[in-house]
Amino acid sequence: MAHEDDPLEHERASWKPSPGLAVAVTDPVHNPGLPPHRERMTDKDPASMKRAVRAIYTLFYLSIAGSIWAIAAYMLFPIESGRIVDIRNNNLFIGLGIAFALLAIGVGAIHWSKAVMSDREFVEPRHATRGRDTTREAAIKAFADADAESGFGRRAMVRNSLIAALVASVVPGVVLFRGLAPFNSPEKPHAGDPVYLLEHTMWKEGMRLAHDPSGEPIKAADLTLGSAVHVIPEALAEVSHSEGYLDEKAKALVLLVRLLPEQLTESEDRKEWSYNGIVAYSKVCTHVGCPVALYEQQTHHLLCPCHQSQFDVTDHAKVIFGPAARPLPQLPITVDDEGYLVARSDFLEPVGPSFWERH
Amino acid sequence: MSTSTVTEQPAAPVAPVSRNGDRPLGGRFIGATANYIDERTSLSGFVKELGRKIFPDHWSFMLGEIALWAFVVVLLSGTFLTFFFQASMVETHYNGAYLPMRGIEMSAAMASTLEISFDLRGGLLVRQMHHWAALVFVAGIGVHMLRVFFTGAFRKPRELNWVIGFILFILAMGEGFTGYSLPDDVLSGNGLRIIDGMIKGIPIIGTWTSFLLFGGQFPGDAIVGRLYTLHILLLPAILVGLLVLHLMLMVINKHTQFAGAGRTNSVVVGYPMMPVYMSKMGGFLFITFGVIVLIASLFTINPIWNYGPYDPSPVSAGTQPDWYIGFADGALRLVPPGWEIVFLDRTWSFNIIVPLVVLGLFIVLVLIYPFIEAWVTGDKREHHIAQRPRNSATRTAIGAAGVTFYAVLWAAAASDIIATHFWLTMEGVIHTLQALLILGPVIAYFVTKRICIALQKKDREIALHGYESGRIVRLPGGEYIEVHQPVDDYERFKLADFDTYEPLVVRPNAKGQIPWHENLRASISRWFFEDRLTPVTQAELDAALAHQHHDLDHIAAEEDLEIQAAHERAGVPDAPHKPLDDGKHGEVPVRPSNVIVPEPEPGTKPPRNREKESDQ
Repeated sequence: MAHEDDPLEHERASWKPSPGLAVAVTDPVHNPGLPPHRERMTDKDPASMKRAVRAIYTLFYLSIAGSIWAIAAYMLFPIESGRIVDIRNNNLFIGLGIAFALLAIGVGAIHWSKAVMSDREFVEPRHATRGRDTTREAAIKAFADADAESGFGRRAMVRNSLIAALVASVVPGVVLFRGLAPFNSPEKPHAGDPVYLLEHTMWKEGMRLAHDPSGEPIKAADLTLGSAVHVIPEALAEVSHSEGYLDEKAKALVLLVRLLPEQLTESEDRKEWSYNGIVAYSKVCTHVGCPVALYEQQTHHLLCPCHQSQFDVTDHAKVIFGPAARPLPQLPITVDDEGYLVARSDFLEPVGPSFWERH
Repeated sequence: MSTSTVTEQPAAPVAPVSRNGDRPLGGRFIGATANYIDERTSLSGFVKELGRKIFPDHWSFMLGEIALWAFVVVLLSGTFLTFFFQASMVETHYNGAYLPMRGIEMSAAMASTLEISFDLRGGLLVRQMHHWAALVFVAGIGVHMLRVFFTGAFRKPRELNWVIGFILFILAMGEGFTGYSLPDDVLSGNGLRIIDGMIKGIPIIGTWTSFLLFGGQFPGDAIVGRLYTLHILLLPAILVGLLVLHLMLMVINKHTQFAGAGRTNSVVVGYPMMPVYMSKMGGFLFITFGVIVLIASLFTINPIWNYGPYDPSPVSAGTQPDWYIGFADGALRLVPPGWEIVFLDRTWSFNIIVPLVVLGLFIVLVLIYPFIEAWVTGDKREHHIAQRPRNSATRTAIGAAGVTFYAVLWAAAASDIIATHFWLTMEGVIHTLQALLILGPVIAYFVTKRICIALQKKDREIALHGYESGRIVRLPGGEYIEVHQPVDDYERFKLADFDTYEPLVVRPNAKGQIPWHENLRASISRWFFEDRLTPVTQAELDAALAHQHHDLDHIAAEEDLEIQAAHERAGVPDAPHKPLDDGKHGEVPVRPSNVIVPEPEPGTKPPRNREKESDQ
């Protein structure tokens, strides 16, 4: 169409859009015009037309049958027993009825349009999207008149102060949204401080390690070699849901692993953090925070099922593969007088995904 | 103007065409109602404008309709669900019909989702319809977008509609994600956990954004309610608004059509809105709806009752996000280890920043592509012809590269599944995909571009020299040739008529300088259009046709002689050269052996082929 610059050029005498880099074809291939209309079977053969019409109304009647079936299925297949098979039947038979009813309407309507309705094509001219010159002039005049009558362009002080005021008036509305998150309060002195909250978990010196989710404390002696235990703080059981049970749990999750002490590589400053080959690491992935829940007993690797980061339990839970960048934080542990495993302190670094203020 | 016959008709509601005397169309009641409405709304003008509006027909124009109708299903099923869903994270004990979950502590959101599934007849069906329809909706937008991209239907005057459509795509993904998070089960909670981790990794604003979004720490007790407001109010309102705008612009610009004989840039050829498209589109609504209901009744989706309520501790291996979020999840997975630094006493999580920036750039590039191409070509004309992808080789190649890039990210979201199903190592799969992410698009680009150009050459060949008829003819010299038959005029026009561009040759402006952006434009235009075929001209076509006719006549003459000679050898010199048409075998090739030999006179020996050949 390199030769046709503008549809309906005569309407746009003033408008000569640039063809840009288009190759101007001086001698384009002649357009032979629309091919002759081909009659369908239903146009030529009255019997065929009759068959098509019959098929269409049969489909519509069948659709009614489908709808009636769906209503019947609603009553015939109760789910109140709670048995999964009843739910499946209810879902299946209501669904099949509705699907059949809808598909029959759809197929019938399309068959109607394709086989019965006239399939003669129409040709409609396209008008350029741009308004006619007179229209555009009128539009410009409307703006110009309004400008002249209001002085919008001339009185810069009025105009600019209005724009500034409009912009400023939005800001209080934005400020209100600070309320999406809480402020510090006398009862919760850190509720409005995300960095403080991210840096502290409920672990503290002497808090027992307990099974997740039962909350039973764990004795060091009960841990067999090679076992991996999902751990929460014992005190978590006393936190109710309204007090932020999930929030605390999401930070305090720990995975406890018992290895042979000689399998562990431990840096000097962390020698005291393990007990008899038992090490505790945060279960929250340092990538984006999924629980690092898969422990490979043979290789002593922890695998995050979300993005496949792998951590080496024998060596400070260092990242050995995957998108995580930092090792899992280690929880320093020891045993108390009764032989239960306890934390020596909170984590010494924030757990979970990295954040801007972390350092 | 064939439609003039239509528009000259008085519009139906005002003065309905009278069929038999004074009886108005549709009866007195309809006539009176139409009159009543029109006198209060001027609706007749609207009907006159749109009632017989012409839309072109092509199967690929149906793809956007899939998205539209799936959205209708999403709206209807979603509205039903709102009557039963409770968007609250208040802790409760489930005591509904489903035994395994009875007595378990969970949020009201999860409990009400279970009740919809197990305590409400047909509730599971509607829930599954809603989820499946959402998947179909995004898929419909995706294929529709690919159609528009590869046919260049985003060119002037439709650039803005491309942008609106693309925003609709993003909004649809946002709707999908917010909806996915509502049931507050383990899967959706882990999805939110990932989003939280990503947001926290954004420099400067990350920590506070997450804090404000979740109303405190993760997971808090506010997020489901907030996402619900986004999911059923804010996002749908914007979505519906933009959708209406999208459709209005489509009507104003009129639909593109594929080039063909009589189908030029300045006309629309097709069927009228009423009755053909009303019936076709309406029918297609029901088909889309019906297929979604069929899927929902046969296939389980998101069985939250198997996962249980959200708890930060458990997670199941091998879980996947909904398909349209896969590419983002895959981007996270492909980052190599250790991409994080502490600089200026702040943490820079490049393992989050880089995927976000790369995906952001990808999205922005797709969004502004129409403007880039318009700037390169400098073409200010309106384009209403949907191009065949091959005729715009570089764009098609860029599109193929983009699709490959997306597909690799998408595959990466299933890296663990790929590894376990095909017995591969996790590391091997990730490393392969990392390499493919870089190399794949490059390879796809070059291969696609060459294929497109080869197809253009093929088209040109067919337009000028005809198609391979499959008929082999032996010339007297013993040479075998395949006869090329000319294609008909209409077919030839489709092959020959396309627009093309040539690279920009930079010239100094009035100041005698070449601005840097013109140099840039020149290099990009060279990249785009250096390898190209010029369109066939009528003169070339005439010459080729004349030559071809000459050839065909020559072959026909040779063949004639051959057949005549064969007939004479067979003793039937007067036999016809074309096989007799018995009305059944229309496609019988013209060969001497097909000629019906008359019964020989009694007593004489019929001539035999073998003897006849030895005679010569």
